[in-house]
Amino acid sequence: MNEMVNHSGDWLPVVFIGLMGVAVLAYAILDGYDLGVGILLPMGEDDELQRDTMIASIGPFWDANETWLVLAIGLLLIAFPAAHSLILMHLYIPVAIMLIGLIMRGVAFDFRAKAAVDHKLAWDRTFKVGSLLTTLTQGYMLGQYVMGFDQSLPSLLFCAVSALGVTAAYSYIGAAWLVLKTEEKLQTRAVRWTQRAGRASLVGVIAVCAINPLVNPGVFDRWFTFPLVMFVLLIPALCFLGFVFNDILLARLPKADDRHSAVPFAIVVGIFTLCFSGIGFSFFPEIVPGQMNIWEAASARESLQFILVGAVIVIPVILLYTAFSYRVFRGKATDLHYH
Amino acid sequence: MLDTLILSRIQFAANISFHILFPTITIALCWILFFFKLRFDLTDNPVWMRAYRFWVKIFALTFALGVVSGITMSFQFGTNWPGYMETVGNIAGPLLGYEVLTAFFLEATFLGIMLFGIKRVPSKIHTFSALMVAIGTTLSAFWILALNSWMQTPAGYEIRDGVVHATSWLEVIFNPSFPYRLAHMLLASGLTAAFFVCGLSAYRILKGDEKQAPRLALKTGLILAAILAPLQAFVGDLHGLNTFEHQPQKVAAMEGVWETERGAPLLLFAVPNEETRSNDFAVGIPNLASLILTHEPDGEIRGLNEFEGDHPPVKPLFFGFRIMVGMGLLMLATAWTGCYLLRRKQQLPPVFLKLLVAMTFSGWVATLAGWYVTEVGRQPWLVTGILKTADAVTPVAPANVGLSLALYLIVYVILMWAYIHTLKRMALKSVTVEEFETAEPVADGSLTNLPHSHAHTETCGGTA
Repeated sequence: MNEMVNHSGDWLPVVFIGLMGVAVLAYAILDGYDLGVGILLPMGEDDELQRDTMIASIGPFWDANETWLVLAIGLLLIAFPAAHSLILMHLYIPVAIMLIGLIMRGVAFDFRAKAAVDHKLAWDRTFKVGSLLTTLTQGYMLGQYVMGFDQSLPSLLFCAVSALGVTAAYSYIGAAWLVLKTEEKLQTRAVRWTQRAGRASLVGVIAVCAINPLVNPGVFDRWFTFPLVMFVLLIPALCFLGFVFNDILLARLPKADDRHSAVPFAIVVGIFTLCFSGIGFSFFPEIVPGQMNIWEAASARESLQFILVGAVIVIPVILLYTAFSYRVFRGKATDLHYH
Repeated sequence: MLDTLILSRIQFAANISFHILFPTITIALCWILFFFKLRFDLTDNPVWMRAYRFWVKIFALTFALGVVSGITMSFQFGTNWPGYMETVGNIAGPLLGYEVLTAFFLEATFLGIMLFGIKRVPSKIHTFSALMVAIGTTLSAFWILALNSWMQTPAGYEIRDGVVHATSWLEVIFNPSFPYRLAHMLLASGLTAAFFVCGLSAYRILKGDEKQAPRLALKTGLILAAILAPLQAFVGDLHGLNTFEHQPQKVAAMEGVWETERGAPLLLFAVPNEETRSNDFAVGIPNLASLILTHEPDGEIRGLNEFEGDHPPVKPLFFGFRIMVGMGLLMLATAWTGCYLLRRKQQLPPVFLKLLVAMTFSGWVATLAGWYVTEVGRQPWLVTGILKTADAVTPVAPANVGLSLALYLIVYVILMWAYIHTLKRMALKSVTVEEFETAEPVADGSLTNLPHSHAHTETCGGTA
């Protein structure tokens, strides 16, 4: 890697791809859990109280969570404008559908609390459908990205697997969040959701891991070349351990005094981080797989320096007040009241 | 023929028109909320808190619509206007990036505490959160207007290999039209929010709301509008002079001046005709346009014919400008009349309340008209002198853009209906509900150190 950096004479794109990685991972974890909660919303007539609690558990956070998406896409645009244009041009329709999904979610959230009583269920359905649209299109886009925007039938099948896999993964983290934030009946329900979503996610991860190196020769070479193969195998091994351990733990939850209710969420965060490093490792330093690397796509040095100064100062402050917000709203979600 | 360019332009116009409605309210409304909360903290008068509790819900709803339509906008640069980022990305990227870093996270995070944290944090932290949200929305306006102004009057850059590079970030941000544009927009937001507050409060009173909170909010809104309206006229004039200096073709279209002339009249009414390159049915006041723009009765105004082929379409600017100014004058007259009535008679007659209800969204009309003047006025350029709109558009097939446009339009119509409908419902509901006193009592005994808990309200309820 040093050679490449020296060759281009510029370390700034490396810093920015790192920042972008952090933003995307933060988005996947944070908006991931609130998207997951949206997908899991039960639609039965008697479930209204549980829906209220579930939505209360993400109420204070979802807006800030979604901001990580804006930061990620913003960093792509700031640091790698050429890649930004290329990627979004290829993903025109799925992006439009995802945005519709995000709109449905974002407004349903607010309207449900303010609309007439007989409209509440309709807004809850909007919230669930919006969440599903968002996760399915994000999974589809991830698949397209990995496939280098290839539109052949096998690629599209891979994208479908990816869409379902990402949706399962978001449900997994959303359900684990609910195990942490709820109690009594809903918590018991959430434990079951987590277990099922975890198993579905495992199948998804295995499917993607099996197909990806088969269709991407570059990825195959990178994964299965000594000595990197040792490191590469470590990621799925740890991931697999996480899935299995979580499954065993979930079978014993909930425990007395709410012990270990935060552990599933922590494990899923770990699994997300591992999977994400796997993707990053497969493609770095390419930013559009097979077409463009980060140095080719990078914008002007003075622009990157200008924004880096701000990022270095501001991001710690953002993390501080985000931590403050999570501290304010710690504890079970049932205490939350929307006024 | 609807090609990708025109469809993309319609989509962007629809998107930005829909989006701007909500920040225009929220930028100033959160300062009004901060004012309500601060007055409550200082006076302990629960009426301020009731006004706060009602308006914070309206704020949350409006903010949510602004967020979702804003995210849609941020994607459009990449999906529909790739040439924009490829040419001026070195400037636009960092400015948008600073908006996300300094404004979005701040407002989104503290909004959570502002909306849901009222019983979880001490009152002072809650007030602080409201302040942070207000600062966040204003910072957001700062960055987006820096970029917008730069597109109108670019500065602090050089072009290397067809790509724009920044040479001075201070000059980029504080480009020649930025201070005027920012002040004009913030005042527009203040006026929009003031009339919005007046309109909904007047609606509550007309529907039989006997409580103090809507009257207090109405009074606050009227006084705010009465102060801001003349200020806006002053700043608008300065902004016009600035535009006259940097974008004379835009001003020529706004004034309907075809031939360069001295002592140009101010046209009260006319129908500009691009075929004959003259005005039909013109009624004007001699020399007034020259007087306003050059501060001399026979000052020279350069006409559109000097910019033939390189000036914006005339009609939208000519009429848009008159709608904006007309609406501004109506707002000024209404606010001053309202303040006069309040001062002399201590109350507002029903007919005036009805006028205020009719003017609930007058700020939207003025702001949209103003934005069309400024944005259409930049055409055919996307970035003045650097990039033409037609050269920035995506090569995506027209059918795709048509599909996304149709989807957005359907969603916008539904949302606008739901928004107005819900506002009405919330106002009606508040007629019978007392915001503050029906709040659930503090469940956890450890939180009773909060100075303004439920029990406390009742003891000072008499002072309302």
